[in-house]
This record gives sequence, C-alpha cells and structure tokens, in this order.
Amino acid sequence: MNAVATDTTKAPKTSKDWDMAAIAPFVALALLLVLGYFANPNFVSLANLTNVITRSAFIAVIALGATYVISSGGLDLSVGSMVAFVASLMILFMNSGAVADPMLMLIVAMLLALILGAACGLTNGLITTVGKIEPFIATLGMMGIYRGLTTWLSQGGSITVRDRELQQLYRPVYFGDVFGVPIPIIVIFVTAAIAAFVLYRTRFGRHVIAVGSNEEVARYSGISVQKVRTIAYVIQGLCVAVAVIIYVPRLGSTSATTGILWELQAITAVVVGGTALRGGVGRIWGTICGAFILEIVGNIMLLSNFVSEYLIGAIQGAIIIIAMLVQRTLMRK
Amino acid sequence: MRRRTFGIAAAALAATVAIGPGVSWAQEAKKVTIGVSIPAADHGWTAGVVFHAERVAKLLMAEHKGLNVIVKTSADPASQANAVQDLAVQGIDALVILPTDPDQLVSAIQQVKDDGKFVALVDRAPSVNDNTIRDLYVAGNNPALGEVAGQYIAKTTPDAEVVIIRGLPIPIDQQRQDGFDKGIEGSKVKILDRQYGNWSRDDAFRVMQDYLTKYPKIDVVWCQDDDMAVGVMEAISQANRTDIKYVVGGAGSKDMIKKVMDGDKMMPVDVLYPPAMVATAMQLTAGGFYDQVPVSGNYILDATLVTKDNAKDFYFPDSPF
Repeated sequence: MNAVATDTTKAPKTSKDWDMAAIAPFVALALLLVLGYFANPNFVSLANLTNVITRSAFIAVIALGATYVISSGGLDLSVGSMVAFVASLMILFMNSGAVADPMLMLIVAMLLALILGAACGLTNGLITTVGKIEPFIATLGMMGIYRGLTTWLSQGGSITVRDRELQQLYRPVYFGDVFGVPIPIIVIFVTAAIAAFVLYRTRFGRHVIAVGSNEEVARYSGISVQKVRTIAYVIQGLCVAVAVIIYVPRLGSTSATTGILWELQAITAVVVGGTALRGGVGRIWGTICGAFILEIVGNIMLLSNFVSEYLIGAIQGAIIIIAMLVQRTLMRK
Repeated sequence: MRRRTFGIAAAALAATVAIGPGVSWAQEAKKVTIGVSIPAADHGWTAGVVFHAERVAKLLMAEHKGLNVIVKTSADPASQANAVQDLAVQGIDALVILPTDPDQLVSAIQQVKDDGKFVALVDRAPSVNDNTIRDLYVAGNNPALGEVAGQYIAKTTPDAEVVIIRGLPIPIDQQRQDGFDKGIEGSKVKILDRQYGNWSRDDAFRVMQDYLTKYPKIDVVWCQDDDMAVGVMEAISQANRTDIKYVVGGAGSKDMIKKVMDGDKMMPVDVLYPPAMVATAMQLTAGGFYDQVPVSGNYILDATLVTKDNAKDFYFPDSPF
C-alpha cells in the first residue's frame, strides 16, 4: 500500500503483485504522450520533449521537497514566493560585486542560495512545529512575507543580473547540455535519485512516513515528530534553492510576479504522482511524473489547433481529473 | 450645505478670474492640496506609476509655492477606498486617482466629487465614466496600442506570418486585440496563433517555445507587452531560429526603450502605454488651479510609436520600469 512497504517486499512475480498505485501515474503519462502525438505530430519531436521536460524542472524539483513535507503530514504554500525571494537575493548578491572572480562569484552565489533556501525552510518548519501553528496558515503567512519582501527589494520592478560576463557564464546552467541532455533534466534526475534514496533507504525517510501516517504512534515509538517535520521543511527549502539555481540563468531576472501559483502546481504534481495529501505516503518518482504531466498538458493544449485559447484552463483541469480517475481505476484492480 | 459653500467659493473664484491680472499676487500664495491615490507597486507598470507620481509631485511643488501634493499608494480596492477617504478628511482641493478596480471605487470617488472637489481619473474607467463622477479623464489608448503595432507590421513586413501572445482575459486585452486586427486589415499579414501569456515573462517564454515547435516559419511576434518580450527573446535565442525578423512589445519599459534606442534589430520599435500618464493628470490638475486653463474633459494619450529617433524622449534610466 505504501512505498516503503513496496520496497521491502520481494520483487513482484506476476502483474497482480505490482503496486498499481505506483505505476498509475506513468500509465497516465503514456496515454498523454499518445494524445499529444494525435494533437500535433511535432509533439513527439525530441526538441519539443526536451523543451517541455526542461521547463518542468522548477516545478519538479520544488515538488520533490513538497513530497517530503506532504508525506510527513505538513503543507507548504510559501514555495512560490520563496523562489522569488531567494532568487532576488541571489541576483542582488551577484550584482554587489562582493567577489571579483566571476567563476568564484557564481559558486559563492549558488552556495548562498542553498543557505538562504535552507534558512527559509527552517523558518517555516519552526513556525509550524515550535510555534504550533497549522501548516496551512503558517506557510500562507510566510507566502505573504516572502512575496512582500521580494516586491520591496525590487521596488515593484524587476531585479536583473547586471554583469553581462557573469550572465554569459551562468547561462549554460539552464540552456547548456551534457552529451545532448539539458542540464536541468540532469538536475531533476540527480535530485530525485537523492530524494528517493533518503526517503526509501534511510532511517530518516522511514521516520517521515511514520510521522505522516500516525503522529501518536510515531511519538510512542520514540521518534521526535517535531524534528522530523522541521527537517522536512528544510529539505523543501533546499529544493527551492536548487530550483532557483536553474531558474536564475534562464531570464537572468526576477520580478514581483516570479513564481506566482507555483506552490499549487507543486502540490498538484505531488498528488497526481500518487502521494496522499493527508500524509503517510511518499512517491518520489510519481512526483516527477506528475510534474511532467502538468507541463505536457499545457504543451499539448498550445500545440493543438482544436482548442480555443479561452478554454485551455477548463481542458487542463479536465485532463488532470481524468488522469486521476484513470489512476483510481487501476488501483482498484 | 457643503455644495452651497462650494458654490460661493466658485463664485468668488470666478470673480477673481474676472478681475484678472490685477490680483496676480494672490496666485503666488494660493494654497492648493492635490491628493494622488494610486495602486501600490505590484508589477513593473504600477512601479512606473509610483515612480512618475512621486517624481512629478516634487516638480510641481517646486514650481508652485502654495501647492501641496500628497501621494498615497494602496494594494487593493478596499484599502484604496480608505485612502481616498483619509485624503478627503485631510482636506484636498483635487483628487487624482488611478483606481485598482474602478467599479469598486465608484462610491468613494463619487463622494469626493459630490463634495465639490476636482476629480481626475486615470487609466481605468468605471462603467459610467462621465462628468457626474469626474472632471478629467486621462488614459492611454488600448485599441490604438494594438492598431499602431498592427499598422507597423503591415507596413514593414506586408506578408508577414505573425504569432500573438495575449495578456490576461480582461477587456483591456480584448481592446488591444481588436485594435491589432483593425491595424492589419486589408494587408496580407497572417495571424498564425493567439495564446494567453498572462503578462508574465515565464509564461511568455513557455508559449513562445511552443510556438517555435508548432510553426517552422514565423516572421514577427507581437506580444503587446515589454515584460513578455523578455521571455520571448530568450526563447528565440535558445532555439537559434533565424526566421523571426522582429518582436513588437508595448508599454515602454526602460530596458526595451534602450534596445530600440541602441538599434537592436530584433526590437526595432515599441508602442507607448506610459505609466507616466498619472503625471499628465497631475500636471493638468495643477494647471487648472494655477493657470486657469480649462482642463475638464477626456485626455487620451496616443499610443506613440517609439523608434530609434524618438526613443530618448521616453527613456527614464532611474525608473524601476
């Protein structure tokens, strides 16, 4: 029933033993790929698919963190504003010229982003655990704070990397590739592999699931519930920082509207991927699949000629619900 | 009662005017307070509004000794309604307002107008927009923003295949689209596609990437907004496509005006929808008080085509937008 159980049981021998809940998102993804081909044959071109998967990198990486937070029984609504806030501070640091050597500057700026992300995550975590405020309200408040601070930093305008040389040096992190694979795609899979390892193979990972499925039982088993939850938020913050590191080189600027509604997309990706919103189940690869599904649905809408631009939102919603229904039917088998 | 007082004041004022130059000394000391209520800077364009309102407030106060200009920013219609009331309580002679949502602010504005103050409405008009609610209406020209872009494209590249990125599904956007269609009427310009980019750089990047996949040949991109142009340019340069001749944005952000000024081939022109229009309303209002020039009515700014030659007139390097 849950991912941890799957990993500890023996390898499935017949199709009946397969964990349908884990496979369902991939079936939905496959169906979408077929639908996309019929909408526009260009859809399956390598160029388009790499574009789409590269674009999904931000949501995918953020959603990995959200998988931790949600499966531990929490929720983080502040991630979209956190992206804007961390990215703005990172760009301001790059503009400050604190480090003379461009390459070194870039590395320091990336480290700074990671530290800031972790600090933001820690703040969210402490407010919900030590402050004992409902995660929904605590992170809703933080969402306003990060967004407001970003608007203040940018004075309502935009914050742009000023140094051309630095921008050219940084650009390949989004636009470059290694043996033909765009760097953001590599980042998605490396981050997911680490996240999967920690969640499925370490004691901390098992604690996250335990805390999410039953807080009381976890506490009686000697798990520090607060510590586990707080660390989950820190992981979320780190994931946001990784997303920022690949986001900044794309346009080289942020504005007060950067990352608006990304939190909802991340949560949708997590749920479409098979993680329960009530906690206790975490599916890393499902989340990645969910992020791909979201971006692909939008892409198909744009490439097809038969959907009016006014109806795109409605059709997107319908496809997501149908994808979830397909999953449910598969799980009942 | 208040109205009657105003009537007497107006009569007195008229009398002063009638006497004419003889009392010019009175003008020097004339005390006037103008309240300016604008949206808080929540994106590029409104940040420009705030910048220009504050810039011109200083200029006006330096020019006229007795003039006091109070600039207040508000984040949403409810707090703006409060801000308008606060201004009215402080005692203003005129209100210059760029409403966050005009229909929600009608009653607050109406109250100021009914008290006999001069009301200048900027950019966003409520459903009823006549002299019962305001004296002066200053606005950019949304249909013309589309039309000027359409005409430029039809003239420069008569048989261009164009992709369009729209803003958000609101009336302003529709007016711009209709204007564009009018601008290319009768030419061979062909519209390949129209999709929403929500006036966001990231969404424009996404839509442009998909356009590039969908259409092997695109001549011109019309994205009617300078913020979205940033995302469009990035998507084009990533795809290494050389078929796109140029991009037409709109509004007049400093980065895009700079590109036009520098003769960037991809950004040959920009179409103006200037946040500085709030300053136009402030200048006219002050002019009405100090120079006794008639200023009531509609003042619709042209959607000026910014080219390499006139770009420097619209370039504000210090503005956030």
